[in-house]
Amino acid sequence: MTRFPETAADKTRQHRTSSPLPGKRITLGFSVFYLSVIVLLPIAALVLRASHLSATELWSLATNARALAAYKLSLGASLVAALVNAAFGSLLAWVLVRYKFPGRQLLDGLVDFPFALPTAVAGLTLANLFTENGWLGKFLVPLGIRGAFTPLGVMIALTFVGLPFSVRTLQPVLENLDRGVEEAAACLGAGRLRTFVSVIIPTLFPTILTGFGLSFARALGEYGSIKFISGNLPETEIAPVLMVARLDQYDYTGAIAVAVVLMIFSFILLFTLNWVQGWAEKFQQA
Amino acid sequence: MRRLVLLTLCGWLASAAPAALAQKSVLLLNVSYDPTREFYQDINAAFATYWKGKSGEDITIQQSHGGSGKQARAVIDGLQADVVSLALAWDIDALHDKAGLIPADWQQRLPFHSSPYSSAIVFLVKKGNPKAIKDWDDLIRPGVTLVTPNPKTSGGARWAYLAAYGYALRKNSNSTNAANQFIGQFYQHAPVLDEGARSSAMTFSQRGIGDVLISWENEAQLVLNNFGDGRFEIVYPSLSILAEPPVAMVDKYVDRHGTRAEAEAYLKFLYSPQAQDIAARHYFRPRLPDVARQYEKLFPPMRLFTIDEVFGSWRQAQKTHFDEGGVFDQISRNRR
Repeated sequence: MTRFPETAADKTRQHRTSSPLPGKRITLGFSVFYLSVIVLLPIAALVLRASHLSATELWSLATNARALAAYKLSLGASLVAALVNAAFGSLLAWVLVRYKFPGRQLLDGLVDFPFALPTAVAGLTLANLFTENGWLGKFLVPLGIRGAFTPLGVMIALTFVGLPFSVRTLQPVLENLDRGVEEAAACLGAGRLRTFVSVIIPTLFPTILTGFGLSFARALGEYGSIKFISGNLPETEIAPVLMVARLDQYDYTGAIAVAVVLMIFSFILLFTLNWVQGWAEKFQQA
Repeated sequence: MRRLVLLTLCGWLASAAPAALAQKSVLLLNVSYDPTREFYQDINAAFATYWKGKSGEDITIQQSHGGSGKQARAVIDGLQADVVSLALAWDIDALHDKAGLIPADWQQRLPFHSSPYSSAIVFLVKKGNPKAIKDWDDLIRPGVTLVTPNPKTSGGARWAYLAAYGYALRKNSNSTNAANQFIGQFYQHAPVLDEGARSSAMTFSQRGIGDVLISWENEAQLVLNNFGDGRFEIVYPSLSILAEPPVAMVDKYVDRHGTRAEAEAYLKFLYSPQAQDIAARHYFRPRLPDVARQYEKLFPPMRLFTIDEVFGSWRQAQKTHFDEGGVFDQISRNRR
């Protein structure tokens, strides 16, 4: 995920020391082959299928009212989820790195839970929790907060699945943060707030942005948990659910149209992420 | 690398060989829709005994269940079903339209438009009917919430939609506007639209959501007798739709598997007194008059209309109501 910039020293070292894996050509060849089969082939298949269709037909199917509503919810809910994760995930990472307290390791392990839990289980559990008769829903629904079968529920599920990304991205950077810089700031007369705002935040910001991007990407592709918490309603239909719904009606063209749009979203996101990472490294080295 | 390839090949051969040797017993795959799990388990056991006695051949029938549309799509995409038993004719039509797996006139190959049993759409309410739900109009009263699957994904939900719509048409002297308005309000009262009939039944009976479940009669009876513990009762509306879930042999795949004779016998068996009796015990309305008489108490007479009477045909109903941009999409847009 992280790109290491090659320095001149790296280049010379590469030629002198032998790599522990034999045969640069074989390993390189295999890597290219592996990537092609695992990543490029499915993308090519999708593009190929889409290329049989007329552009106008694809465009109208990709941009009709139902599809637009689905993108809007997909992007909107993912954005909210990623923002929440960026804020509270950063706080969580800070607490986990900076403070020593009993149960820290347990808490640290819990962060990975949304990674390991099958998303369908997460969706089902969250839906049961937030329905009228659920543990939380019992108290929240009378207050008008409906966390199941509503766009809010979609956001909750997306926040859940995206949490580890922002925490785990930030943690190593926080651990390596040079405390000398903070001390220097204090010596130069900066208060705690000033140190935080003008020294720590600027250093961490690119990483927080990367974590935000990762959890955003994760949320955009989420399907399993949404299937359950969205209640299959028209107003909670996200783009991947729309794609499957269209397939179920034998509307292959409509499904491909959505698939292509989702693929474009992922590409844009991927390039932006890579660019942010590159920028962050330059920034941190400076 | 080469050794790895060889090993993999050997592995494939080893796993394929026993399958080739064990050809003596026949395997059929019945791809079916959501609420028929228990029914076909019994049918399959009965047919295996019957077929062993008739032909001496051991037969195993595998079942696959899910939303009707999803199941049809799986077959179109290459799931090699020998027979399909789906919720509605449109889904089997798709096997012809999209993949040419069966001839266009498949519905004429067996009696009763290839539907060996029928059902209706009924209401399941809580014991004592606390919200006094008697008929379709009661469903759109303020404060009533109903549970029904999403017509986009569920065959049963489409029957339910058409039953409600047909009722509204009849009541408003066939005014499409009035019926559209009624069906719009109907779905306003649904807090959740599950993917299939079985998940809706679970939402209503296990999670306690909603005042009334709009359901297949067979599914409602199943909940009543197997999961209900006396907590529910069935309400028969004044008018409903005659739901005819059809069956068909998938010609292309039975010919590939060499199972045409078995598949044909299996589907014919569904019309036999024994299978009709099993159907009735699983709360499907039997076609044979003798069996129907025997189970009179289980199936109160209902006023039912057929889809052809009110909507022309499944193809037409699908196009007007459920295809993208159809009536269901229009009323959904108002929800957003």
